Amino acid sequence: MSPRLRRSLWIALLLTPALLLIVAFVTLPILSAFVYAFYKWQGLARVGFAGFDNFRLILFQPPFSTWTYNAFFHNVIVFVALMVVQNGTAFFLAWMLSKGLRLHRFHQVSLFLPVILSTVIIGFLWKLFLNPLFGLVNRTLIAIGLDSWAQPWLGQPSTALASLIVVNAWHWVGFPTLVYLAAMQRIPREILESAEIDGAGEWTRLRRIVWPLVAPATTIVVMLTFIGSFNWFELPYIMSGLEGPPFHSTDVLGLYFYRTAFGTVSAGLQDFGRGSALAVLIFLFILGISAWWVRLLRRREIDL
Amino acid sequence: MNKLSRLGAALALAVSAAAPAFAAELTFWSWRQEDRAAYQEIIADFNKLHPDVKIKFEAFEPTSYNTILSTALAGGKGPDLIQARAYGGLEAFAKPGYFLALDKATVPELDNFAPDVLAAETMREDGKVYAVPFATQTVLILYNKEIFQKNGVNPPENWDDMIAAAKALKAKGVMPFANGTATAWQNEILMGAFTPSIYGPAFNSDLVAGKATFEDKRFVDALGKLVELKEHLPQGFTGVDYPTMQQLFISGRAAMIAAGSFEIANFRKQNPKLEIGVIPGPAAAKGGPRLVSLFVDGGYAINAKTEHKADAIKFIRYVATPRFGELFSARLGNISPIKGVKIEDGLLADVAKLNASSAPYVMLVNFRYQEPTGSMLIQSGVQKMMAGQATPAEVGSEVTKGIAAYHKPFQK
Repeated sequence: MSPRLRRSLWIALLLTPALLLIVAFVTLPILSAFVYAFYKWQGLARVGFAGFDNFRLILFQPPFSTWTYNAFFHNVIVFVALMVVQNGTAFFLAWMLSKGLRLHRFHQVSLFLPVILSTVIIGFLWKLFLNPLFGLVNRTLIAIGLDSWAQPWLGQPSTALASLIVVNAWHWVGFPTLVYLAAMQRIPREILESAEIDGAGEWTRLRRIVWPLVAPATTIVVMLTFIGSFNWFELPYIMSGLEGPPFHSTDVLGLYFYRTAFGTVSAGLQDFGRGSALAVLIFLFILGISAWWVRLLRRREIDL
Repeated sequence: MNKLSRLGAALALAVSAAAPAFAAELTFWSWRQEDRAAYQEIIADFNKLHPDVKIKFEAFEPTSYNTILSTALAGGKGPDLIQARAYGGLEAFAKPGYFLALDKATVPELDNFAPDVLAAETMREDGKVYAVPFATQTVLILYNKEIFQKNGVNPPENWDDMIAAAKALKAKGVMPFANGTATAWQNEILMGAFTPSIYGPAFNSDLVAGKATFEDKRFVDALGKLVELKEHLPQGFTGVDYPTMQQLFISGRAAMIAAGSFEIANFRKQNPKLEIGVIPGPAAAKGGPRLVSLFVDGGYAINAKTEHKADAIKFIRYVATPRFGELFSARLGNISPIKGVKIEDGLLADVAKLNASSAPYVMLVNFRYQEPTGSMLIQSGVQKMMAGQATPAEVGSEVTKGIAAYHKPFQK
């Protein structure tokens, strides 16, 4: 046996257990969802072939299609808002931290602290903070004389989704900050210093030097935010509920999928057919867009 | 004999010794983890009559119960005895053939139930009963007797009384109602507590007969009455969720709450000093009819594939007797629908009395068999209406349009 073959065999041997696990618990479930989507279901019993009927229902038959587009639209809003609010903030925070000012270690840790807390804790905590009667937010507003600013934050369509987005940003901002900070620290000092000597102001340096050079970090942050936004489930589930209240104004694809496939105790029935069809479409959408976008983003990355 | 074969022999012996005991034990699945002790007592009582049948009670988390149960049943396994839901929730399991059909030949005790109660556990297609109902739930108004007395307010009988009472309470700094609309299904509870007294018994029979839709003036007017409640709900009620409203009532900050009778046991446990009274939704006009909404909570079913059919039927016959009904009501604080059950508890007896004049909890009883369910539609409809973003007429037509997708009489 040639050493080369021996080496390949070794690699194959070491990879097999992991591959088997991935096939059994990732690939097969995804493929089975593809199959399920083409059947009619009664509970967990398959009762006949449905063709594209499940897809037709969720894409073209109101009210199911109305719910699909409504939820999808909210996912888009969440993505755009998080890009601006969460990742924009993260970029500037990282810039400030990278200057190594006094207490920057302390600020770095406190920014990252919420990231290590579980979404369940964050969700319950903020739900209490935003409670219209005894929540910290309204109490504070009333205490400082801003009574009219006190709102039922999670109870009105104008503020409910925005509140969830802000909480999500508060929870996760430390992560993109850290990614950007690491990227900024990799930028050679000489480049920034010589630009400064040449008379480039802070804004010019940020825009012309830092921003292009942290492009790989931007790729990671954009892709993770994109996937996270379109798979968003835990926070809206904990803070508003499976139905995306009030009247579907916080409904997102994750919630809609869950209630369609598994039903709710208090209103809906379970339908694995429509649920799987939704899961398949969400999966294909995320896969397609991220594959296309990663290639686009990679093109603007520069090797130092 | 080497060690391994000795171990094997010991194992085989253990299995064969355990097998007979295992064979006689029935498993019983439920979503009521908090009722474990009560069910042990019930099983002990059953064993006084049938000492030979052993039953093991296992409870699961309620929101995943359906998934766990249907996974087991789809795999040809699952428990022998099953706590099942009612109406559409029953059909989801009965239709694929997971439950054993019950009839009066095998379970003569089915005679102990009123026909509309049995209907909740009957599959509409074949007209067969698949579970023995265990409780009815009533949607009505609970009030805090102490607060009413302290503020000199009497339980209201008609709508004007109620508004006057709410104003009087508010003037004294008491929140009249604890209800909020943030949790979707609480909007259906709100509808169930107040509207039947306004739309009256005739609307319901017209609806079932296919002569009326939810666009009917009687229903729309009743929804309109709900809007009048807005100023008597907690401040920011659109953001008040289910746990918050429960706490408002339990802590005595709010005087009334539109709720299901299933809250009573829980409320009393959390605040034993709470003196609760019950009233139906107020009548539209003085002396008018007052109706509560009524539904069957669920039932006990037998797995169609059980290997212990005879023993399972013994238990199912037992849970259809007044002996069980009395123990159930006393221990679990819910109302047994079995004829001849005497309810000792004063408050539950009051609820049972109100049940004599009831309307079905309309969406669950009639329109939770197919999607979009009536419940989904009315929940977000009422939520929208209470937020001031839809009129009662719009809600009525939205609900009718949604249900029309599968309900012939609603199709124009």
